[in-house]
Amino acid sequence: MAMQSLLPAGDFRTTYADDTVVFPTTTGRTAALAAVALLCCAPLVLSQYALSILIQIGYLSIAALGLNILVGFTGQISIGHAAFFGLGAFTSAYLSAKLSVPVFFAIPLAAVVTALAGLVFGLPAARLKGLYLAIATLAAQYILLDFFSRAEWFTGGVVPATAGPFGIFGITLQGDRQYFYVVLAYLVLSFVLVTNLMRTRDGRALVAVRDHYLSAEIMGINLAKYRTLSFGLAAFFAGIGGALYAHYQGVVSSEGFTIDRSILFLAIVIIGGLGSVMGTLMGAVFMVLLPEAMEAISALLRGGAIDQALALRNNIAFLREIAIGLVIVLFLIFEPDGLAHRWARIKAYWKLYPFSN
Amino acid sequence: MNMQLLIQLLINGLIVGALYGVVAMSFVLIYKATQVVNFAQGEFLLIGAWVCWGLLTKYQLPFWIGMPVTLVFMLAFGVALQVLVLRPMIGEPIIAVIMVTIGLSTVFQAALKWIFGTNLQPFPPVFATQTVSLLGLQIQTVYLMSLAVSLAMMGAMAWFFHSSKYGLAMRATAFDQQVAQSLGISVKSVFAMAWAISALVSAVAGVVVAVVNGVSSGLSVYGIKVFPAVILGGLDSIAGAVLGGIIVGLLENTAHFVDSQYLHWGNLYEIAPFYVLIIILMIKPYGLFGTKDIERI
Repeated sequence: MAMQSLLPAGDFRTTYADDTVVFPTTTGRTAALAAVALLCCAPLVLSQYALSILIQIGYLSIAALGLNILVGFTGQISIGHAAFFGLGAFTSAYLSAKLSVPVFFAIPLAAVVTALAGLVFGLPAARLKGLYLAIATLAAQYILLDFFSRAEWFTGGVVPATAGPFGIFGITLQGDRQYFYVVLAYLVLSFVLVTNLMRTRDGRALVAVRDHYLSAEIMGINLAKYRTLSFGLAAFFAGIGGALYAHYQGVVSSEGFTIDRSILFLAIVIIGGLGSVMGTLMGAVFMVLLPEAMEAISALLRGGAIDQALALRNNIAFLREIAIGLVIVLFLIFEPDGLAHRWARIKAYWKLYPFSN
Repeated sequence: MNMQLLIQLLINGLIVGALYGVVAMSFVLIYKATQVVNFAQGEFLLIGAWVCWGLLTKYQLPFWIGMPVTLVFMLAFGVALQVLVLRPMIGEPIIAVIMVTIGLSTVFQAALKWIFGTNLQPFPPVFATQTVSLLGLQIQTVYLMSLAVSLAMMGAMAWFFHSSKYGLAMRATAFDQQVAQSLGISVKSVFAMAWAISALVSAVAGVVVAVVNGVSSGLSVYGIKVFPAVILGGLDSIAGAVLGGIIVGLLENTAHFVDSQYLHWGNLYEIAPFYVLIIILMIKPYGLFGTKDIERI
């Protein structure tokens, strides 16, 4: 079947190759390429502040993508993702500052180190599932955080570790505008990688483990191997995200990797859509813009009666936390499949228009 | 070796452990009856403590009025939470249910900080005498009260499950929901009741901790400490939860002793239960008394 610009009504997938195609229409492919091209121009026009939000979306969605492999595709629960994010950040900072590895190499190296740690913590996952696994990852979160505050040679302990700016062979990138391209490159690379991973045998094995692990085992899928592997993969992307975060911030302190951030990653994955690669990006955009929206609302109400009664300005941090928690609860009750599902519904609506309901 | 310190810490461990046991018990109650892992258990303690504190200080009520009002509030709160938030989640995958309770805990945590502030607030003294003399030892009244309340809660729970009609209905529901329903038990009301009782018991524990240490958002850490306790005892065993709680309390304080006397690592007190948790999960994933889930292919 040749590529078409629009999908015909009805489903015409007749071969496996059709089923695993990344862009079913040329329109979709053009739109994706255009979006990347547009983002390449972003640093030239956007303000410093808008750019910092985009960078934040970038590293958060890379890390959340890892979590989505674990939770969305493999069906394993992890409440300790922030700890791996932190490990990536500290490792990259350590490699670049203490061992003077160029940052260009430090980021992937940090990701590999984090992936190894993920494999170690994933070993219990071979035996545990569901609740027990959730609680084990909770323990991992606390143990790793404790390690960060204890290992002064590695993290600096109470003093935050410093992470140098991105650079290679004497060329150093200056400022957010140049760093944006690094994040963008990693973002595109990660998303292409994961999209393609899910088209391979290994990717399908992960999904099979999620859907019915006993059937998967009967079909010859090694459960222990794939459960551990998905932990390693999740940690790998958390490591990349963390390393990007470290070199963006310049300093890394263990306070940024508490359970609150783990909850944020889970929220991104759930709001975006479990088991959806593009949904992860939507979820990250949503969760990064949510605090900004709260800020805007409270600025709008400033000085009014509501502001006086609730003391909004002093409590904006709490308002933000409440919003995050509430969004998680409401999404799970009313839209459990996330934004990706909603997007698919909107597309289906226009596809069948005017006969859609 | 400092014997006196060790004994002091072990007594501490027993008292704190009994409280962990009570909280773990109410956690297991929800899990057993409704198959929900409640990550907001610690916030139940916090809500109970803050409400009671508010009634006693803001409205100047005496303790014997303030406490029952708090308990009634927690009953209503537990039912409302189950009906509004958890009931729509029945039949959803486990990750969704876990995430809902995590989201709830975030909301409660932030809302309570907003309403009551972030500072530690001392609880108004409940007892006239500060210390009593027992077997030649000076013991603070609040510690005795704490231990007594914990034991009373455990006793009441044991009676409830073994002798009361509703307790039996709850056990039947935990065993098999369909069979329970066909015997005329309203599974809906059992679910609501489980949340109400759990909220109530946690609130009592919260008030006890508040009387001893004062109220602050740090109180919700009890909700996290519950996990090592219930994993140790087995997720669906109430007796196991109590025992697990006491063991975790003793373990923490023993770790504190070893740390302060020999190792000097610092902070071992807080992290030791989690290492134990991982080890238990590796060796005995269903805990000491939990039901084994056997799967064959």
